[in-house]
Amino acid sequence: MSGLSVRTATLLALALIVVLAPVLFPSSFYYRVGALIFVNGLATMGLVILVGYAGQVSLGHAGFVGIGAYACALGPVYLGLPQILCVVLGAAISALLAFLVGRPILKLKAHYLAVATLGLGILIYMVIYNEGWLTGGPDGMDVQPLGVRELLKDYGIKVGSSELWYWISGVVLLVGAFVALNLHNSPAGRALRSLHDSEVAASTIGIDVARMKLTAFVISSVYASVAGSQVALMNRFVTPDVAGFIHSVELLTMAVLGGAASVMGAVVGATILTALPQVLTVFEDFEHVLLGLIMMLVMIFLREGLVPSLARRMRRSVS
Amino acid sequence: MLVDEINAAGGVNGEMIQLVMYDDGADANKARTFATRMVEDDEVVAVVGGSSTGATMAMIPVFEEAGIPFISLAGAVVIIDPVKKWVFKTPHTDRMACGKIYEDMNKRGISKIGIIGGTGGFGKSMHEQCVDVAPDYGIDIVAQETYGPKDADMTPQLTKIAGTEGLQAVLNPGFGQGPAIVTRNYAQLGIDVPLYQSHGVASKSFIELAGDAAEGVRLPASALLVADKLPDSDPQKSVVVAYRDAYEAATGEPVSTFGGHAYDGFKILIAAIERAGSSDPAAIRDEIEKTTGFMGTAGEVNMSPTDHLGLDLSAFRMLEIKDGDWTLVE
Repeated sequence: MSGLSVRTATLLALALIVVLAPVLFPSSFYYRVGALIFVNGLATMGLVILVGYAGQVSLGHAGFVGIGAYACALGPVYLGLPQILCVVLGAAISALLAFLVGRPILKLKAHYLAVATLGLGILIYMVIYNEGWLTGGPDGMDVQPLGVRELLKDYGIKVGSSELWYWISGVVLLVGAFVALNLHNSPAGRALRSLHDSEVAASTIGIDVARMKLTAFVISSVYASVAGSQVALMNRFVTPDVAGFIHSVELLTMAVLGGAASVMGAVVGATILTALPQVLTVFEDFEHVLLGLIMMLVMIFLREGLVPSLARRMRRSVS
Repeated sequence: MLVDEINAAGGVNGEMIQLVMYDDGADANKARTFATRMVEDDEVVAVVGGSSTGATMAMIPVFEEAGIPFISLAGAVVIIDPVKKWVFKTPHTDRMACGKIYEDMNKRGISKIGIIGGTGGFGKSMHEQCVDVAPDYGIDIVAQETYGPKDADMTPQLTKIAGTEGLQAVLNPGFGQGPAIVTRNYAQLGIDVPLYQSHGVASKSFIELAGDAAEGVRLPASALLVADKLPDSDPQKSVVVAYRDAYEAATGEPVSTFGGHAYDGFKILIAAIERAGSSDPAAIRDEIEKTTGFMGTAGEVNMSPTDHLGLDLSAFRMLEIKDGDWTLVE
């Protein structure tokens, strides 16, 4: 690992995975799973910044995913905006909401913070679920396409929906990873990580604890929102489930499973929890049992999450 | 169970059926992924499934694009209205349940009603549909209240409805425990106009939950629930009795309408494949659309290019709860 920093190594590895994985894909179904992994990975990366760097827990992150998704569902219908602007709009709304709500919420610690974010997520879910006149309610609503495929068709290039979204979400994931990794090494990132270890110590050396926490919360909400927009555009249909509590827990599990403070871990966690149910369909009835078992084993034997624990073991065996 | 039966009898057109099965957990995103998997990886020729409306709607674009016939098992009208080329469904719609209830009200000379609806997916959708079709039957909705899916007491809403002038009946579209609580509160308050429930509670557990309060409650339901009580002259009787016996023998559980919808969908599909004489998805689709006179557990199905459901109001039976059991109202 001498000449390469963790940052460059992670980015290179991710880029290689994105580019080379399709070689192994026998059908476009695999592109679809790949795209889902990248989208989930992006949302999880947001949580890595919040949970792994700053040490704050959010149980309501799917709420922001929901905002991003419904921005793309509602924006074109009610505001006549092109989809790409809706993605930006969703991210802006998420960031604003995170900023406004984050100020009071982030004063709370540990359990109280978790419960407050849980409440926020559930509120967003309930608004989407109950305001049927606007959002289609529990049955969901259609999303207009991004328009990229039509554009490519005009140039004579025909590309399947799954393939296209594989590449789009792959690129977005790389951008997300780049930002997250740079943040890790920046002064702001170091300040964030100091909160993780001790807020008191951080404040004694002049770090504005409240502001740093808020920054992390806002950034991670934008990650979640962009991921949500991608899900909506990819599926061309959204239901309130995307904003549900279960989805929040799924995202958090991905982050913790892969290694909460590791960008690569976010992608690994997302890969496991997205791909495993597809592999386990063979076992049908035992699917949930096996999933639970794998997670318990990781939590017991690899307590920092997969990526950091395994990296440490490898380093130890080399030296 | 059905696939084994058919393959044991030599398959369809000499070809064995291979069943590919996934559980979408009623999650739209998962359903979409599995739909892609079926089309791209398993290369299926037709699909039966999607028992929630959200999951169905999320899968439709995949099957439409790939040109695979899809028979949905979800309730909402939006699935087949407007008609989509590759999409069919077997369960009757909420709108038809409302129609059936209103028909019965007309017969009893009821025209002014109150609605107390659950805000869960089912209750909400049916509530809207019932409000929508009311004018067609000359029904005047004089009071409307709602309750949350987890509420434990609906007395305030019912009191409000009961106080409305000229009230002749109350309708409660809902699913799960809510309607049972409404029924109990209704009896406790001693409201003396008839109470109508929806097909959403057409299961034995509703009668058990609501107890004596359920006495006299009317609701529309699939013929499947009252298989034994149908007169022998009823053309549907043999179908539903056979299905119920087979289901209960195979699973050891009491029959439910949801399994019946899947059974209907599967039967329609197999018949269509037989008629098509090939496993070409487009040919199968054309034959599904030509389904006529098929007697399923949900009623007689007559599909057409403008109707991908093919059921009419006769698919529902009006039931009344008497002495803790269903009885037919005719």
